[in-house]
Amino acid sequence: MPEAWVRIRGLRFTRGEQVIFDGIDMDIPRGLLTAIMGPSGTGKTTLLRLIGGQLRADAGSVEVAGQNVAALRSVELYRLRKRMGMLFQNGALLTDLSVFENVAFPLREHTRLPERMIRDLVLMKLHVVGLRGARELMPAQLSGGMARRVALARAIALDPQMVLFDEPFTGQDPISLGVLVGLLRSLTDALSLTSVVVSHDVQESLSIADYVYVISEGRVVEHGTPEALRRSTSPWVQQFLQGQSDGPVPFHYPAPDYRTDLLADGP
Amino acid sequence: MMGLLQRLGATTLGVTERIGRGHLFLLHVLGGFPGLLPRFGLVMKQIYASGVLSLLIIAVSGLFVGMVLALQGYNTLVDFGATESLGVVVSLSLVRELGPVVGALLFAGRAGSALTAEIGLMKATEQLSAMEMMAVDPLHRVVAPRLLGGIIAMPLLAAIFSAVGIIGGYFVAVGLLGVDEGAFWSQMQAKVDLFDDVANGVIKSVVFGFVVTWIAVFEGYDAVPTSEGVSRATTRTVVHASLAVLGLDFILTALMFGDD
Amino acid sequence: MMQSRSVQIWVGLFVIAGMAALLMLAMKVSNIRAFSGENGYAISANFENIGSLKVRSPVTIAGVVVGRVSKIGFDSEIYEAVVTMNIDPRYDNLPEDTSASIFTSGLLGEQYIGLEAGGAESYLHDGDRIQLTQSAIVLEQLIGQFLVSQADK
Repeated sequence: MPEAWVRIRGLRFTRGEQVIFDGIDMDIPRGLLTAIMGPSGTGKTTLLRLIGGQLRADAGSVEVAGQNVAALRSVELYRLRKRMGMLFQNGALLTDLSVFENVAFPLREHTRLPERMIRDLVLMKLHVVGLRGARELMPAQLSGGMARRVALARAIALDPQMVLFDEPFTGQDPISLGVLVGLLRSLTDALSLTSVVVSHDVQESLSIADYVYVISEGRVVEHGTPEALRRSTSPWVQQFLQGQSDGPVPFHYPAPDYRTDLLADGP
Repeated sequence: MMGLLQRLGATTLGVTERIGRGHLFLLHVLGGFPGLLPRFGLVMKQIYASGVLSLLIIAVSGLFVGMVLALQGYNTLVDFGATESLGVVVSLSLVRELGPVVGALLFAGRAGSALTAEIGLMKATEQLSAMEMMAVDPLHRVVAPRLLGGIIAMPLLAAIFSAVGIIGGYFVAVGLLGVDEGAFWSQMQAKVDLFDDVANGVIKSVVFGFVVTWIAVFEGYDAVPTSEGVSRATTRTVVHASLAVLGLDFILTALMFGDD
Repeated sequence: MMQSRSVQIWVGLFVIAGMAALLMLAMKVSNIRAFSGENGYAISANFENIGSLKVRSPVTIAGVVVGRVSKIGFDSEIYEAVVTMNIDPRYDNLPEDTSASIFTSGLLGEQYIGLEAGGAESYLHDGDRIQLTQSAIVLEQLIGQFLVSQADK
């Protein structure tokens, strides 16, 4: 297995009283597609923000490309972020700019390239995601799947070494789902990207991932290749992978006894 | 009793903390001003959004305020036989007070609320977060041009408000009420001073433009990123900015016109 | 690009409109000071009582404003007010025996200095002092004198 590009050790993160992560160790290998899965509300997006340096951990360390993210000064952090792309759940396109300008945004902010070259680069990136023809549209005119593809083109505009994907598959119709799954895999291979996909869509994630982490209740429950995961003996992992409604994760939110609750007064 | 005391303490701490955050925010934003010079197009866009788009309401309000001032002033002055001073009354009220103050209140309602909603929604839709991840500082890229745009637009709007108001007052006074045209202008010119009145009015409007825009962008940036949070922040912008303008107006007036 | 061009044009128009408004306020509404203190020349005059004369009150000759009061001081040796005024250099031919009086414009108006040219051959220069002055008329004193004179009858 290749060296780790992101190395997380003993990560602890709390929000108020709530413990989101309680001692997570994780190695995200370079040039591969790693999926991080878990039920909704386990803080998967928070994990991406910790990797991107937008949040600080309470304890433990997050190292990206050998640098401890939490210890970086903001100039260094910004330099590191230029080597990362991030795809937000709903695209997070800048609504006052056209598709073309959205993809051109990082280029205009960080480079002094001539207009002609920016145009070529933007069209190349848009071509990769199949939206070269949509360059004049405004974000409000795009469907959810198209917006995510534009955001993908923007995330790879500066040719980053790593791209973080936040729930790229949620709320997509089957066609755009297929398109996105294919894009993720082919981009990772073609650009030898280090891709981190955070998702709770089991089948899609397992079908493209090289390595999988499953987290729940602030801990890594299981990790390994997709095949190894499918053979896992943990009943929790089996319940999650197969989507059974009851199992180690109960169907019912913790509550007092049904009968006494119904007979009791109050709300 | 203790509960009340605790609530008072908590409120005080909360307000103090917010004010502190507002100032740190401002410092950070001001750090982005030098970077705007080579990219003045960004500021231009904001002058358009907060200045040009507020032009209509400012001009129409100014016209009516000037006309009403002339009508009201005439009724009072006619008792003293001093209707030639109508120009002085209209122009001094507009240039010293109403232009900067009413202009700023309208600016807070029109442009300030829009700024808060825009930035609040950018936060709610993760656009600011996305910028951070693209290694672009949203305070420099998004907030700084808006603040500078507001500071530039506000004095121009206030001047337009006053000028249009004086023209409106002129039409009512000379056209409708039969005040002598020559007296209207010459009395005005004799009593209105370029530095004491006009320049001080401009200084006021620069301060108001700065404060209103500052409050607006901070409320937007500090908004709870939900639709409810953004709508609350928008309301807060209008209320706080208006109160700030009125309070500051008193202080500035005392400082500028206090000793003659 | 089209959009940003129309933005630029609008902003240009807006700035022009704002500047025009400022210019109107400066030229049409207010009095641009005809001269600044530096290029005028200063003359002073002593008064027993200046009433409510203020700095920047007008100085007139035959009703025409020729300058402004620039400083009001008090001479503690002779117990008189010393008023320094700045005169527009265009009016540099005021005779040496010009007299200065403090008048009130209208019954309730502000007070100003009225100069009256004399007949001397030589003119007042920067730093000179006007010898002939007449103090402000204080309404209360006037009424007091009137009452006293009535009582004497």
